[in-house]
Amino acid sequence: MRTFSRFNVASVTLGLAFLYAPILLLVIYSFNESKLVTVWGGWSTRWYGALLQDEAMLDAAWTTLRLALISASVATVLGTMAAVALVRFGRFKGRSLFSGMIYAPLVMPDVITGLSLLLLFVALGVARGFWTIVLAHITFSMCYVAIVIQSRLSTFDRSLEEAAQDLGCRPFKTFLVITLPIILPAVVAGWMLGFTLSLDDLVIASFTTGPGATTLPMKIYSQVRLGVTPEVNAVCTILIALVATGVVIASIVSRRRELERQRAERLAAAMP
Amino acid sequence: MAGEGDKERSGWTRWLVVAIPYAWLLIFFLVPFVIVVKISVSTPLIGQPPYTPTFDITGGIAGLFASARQLVVDNYIFLTKDALYWKSYLSSLWIAVTSTFLVLLFSYPIAYGMARAPRAWQPSLLMLIILPFWTSFLIRVYAWIGILKKEGFLNQLLMWLHIIHEPLTILNTNWAVYIGIVYSYMPFMILPLYAALERLDGTLLEAASDLGCPPTRSFWQITFPLSLPGVIAGSFLVFIPVTGEFVIPDLLGGHTTLMIGKTLWDEFFSNRDWPLASAVAVVLLILLVVPIVIFQNQEQKRLERES
Repeated sequence: MRTFSRFNVASVTLGLAFLYAPILLLVIYSFNESKLVTVWGGWSTRWYGALLQDEAMLDAAWTTLRLALISASVATVLGTMAAVALVRFGRFKGRSLFSGMIYAPLVMPDVITGLSLLLLFVALGVARGFWTIVLAHITFSMCYVAIVIQSRLSTFDRSLEEAAQDLGCRPFKTFLVITLPIILPAVVAGWMLGFTLSLDDLVIASFTTGPGATTLPMKIYSQVRLGVTPEVNAVCTILIALVATGVVIASIVSRRRELERQRAERLAAAMP
Repeated sequence: MAGEGDKERSGWTRWLVVAIPYAWLLIFFLVPFVIVVKISVSTPLIGQPPYTPTFDITGGIAGLFASARQLVVDNYIFLTKDALYWKSYLSSLWIAVTSTFLVLLFSYPIAYGMARAPRAWQPSLLMLIILPFWTSFLIRVYAWIGILKKEGFLNQLLMWLHIIHEPLTILNTNWAVYIGIVYSYMPFMILPLYAALERLDGTLLEAASDLGCPPTRSFWQITFPLSLPGVIAGSFLVFIPVTGEFVIPDLLGGHTTLMIGKTLWDEFFSNRDWPLASAVAVVLLILLVVPIVIFQNQEQKRLERES
């Protein structure tokens, strides 16, 4: 009994409207001619032009982009290893501590993670800056990656791997040739999640940064504290557009792959 | 054919696969907490870093004992004496409990509606719920400043509809904080709720209605109890991070909004009292340890059920 009643339609519609209205308003008002952010003064792209002149903003954007690329990539490698260890290696010594350390960062308040990492860097006498933020971001991103890949690995048909190994394929090669291509969508999703988490983080970066390394969220935050400005709306719109395009493309690609896989399975089943 | 050498090599790779991420998390996740605890019992100092280490190895064993005896728990005593801190903790917990309930209240109908939607629409609806979650948290909170401020969109709309005649003060009050939290954390609640409701066996409800059970009663007796795993998972995903939330109370809250994440931030960045900030963090962690452990156990059980 699956009825999509009027009440259900209304709640889903209102829910989506609530989720999207603030973002839409922000995007629309980034094209506002007026300097007053809540008064409409006609369409204009002047704030995007102003953005291109803002060296500090461009600098922060470049820092953030490098940061997100490096930390997401390293986190994907470490997170994949962690997921394989959790799903495939049974009950090794210290497993519960390991899985605890994977799950805790998901809910740990950012202020605690940020403060504790900063104190670690100070205790080690490391010069703080770009690379300390990279280390911090890898740490929390790898946990998200591990969880995304873990749930894919746990619903994985192991007979393919076993077949490869029975035919003399070494475990590492089996992983590269059999396992990795199958879990690839999850790996890509994990990388994207790590990338956006890094792009997004304000609190942990503020704690772990040093002189000279300002990320885009830190720059946006310092401007936001002074009030809403059309220029900030423009930066936010660009970020939203980038992330939305990436996510939509990725989901279309993964859905197409899924359909192809289903078609292949149906064909295989139809073969005599 | 895999020979002895291969087996040895594979054991070695296997060891590395566990050891590398394990060591990483030990160094960058667990050790930092130990350092926080250690610094929370040291005295503040003007300089870089602004604290004096409590344990000095140079004093030998006797020195260690001496410093351990007069362990500076001053920071913790200070936390209990100054009303600001315990008020911040209590107010954070209160805001977290209330907003978790509010998030649940608003997310349930949405998740329920999604689970009842035609099968073909469900992937797209799910995608629409997840998409805002991918855009920056800071940006989503920032967007609400323009809506909630005195001359903002909400007041404009309400005055245009003649519902109010004077603009309401919402920004920089706790109302704004609740709105911000409900908005930002809704996807965390909707997703586990949807997962639980989507699995729900429709024949149970059919049987109940055939036996003359009114829809409201079958909801409370069948649907809601069966969706409880989703309710619990979602509540933890909201409650724990909200307790330590900084961005929302900082940007949307006012002077009267007390939240411990903001207190910690101010203690650290404005007052530069690192030991006290560490003590605040340790107490916050102690408050959250029980919910975090319960959350982990739940997640592990869920994973074991699935595989």
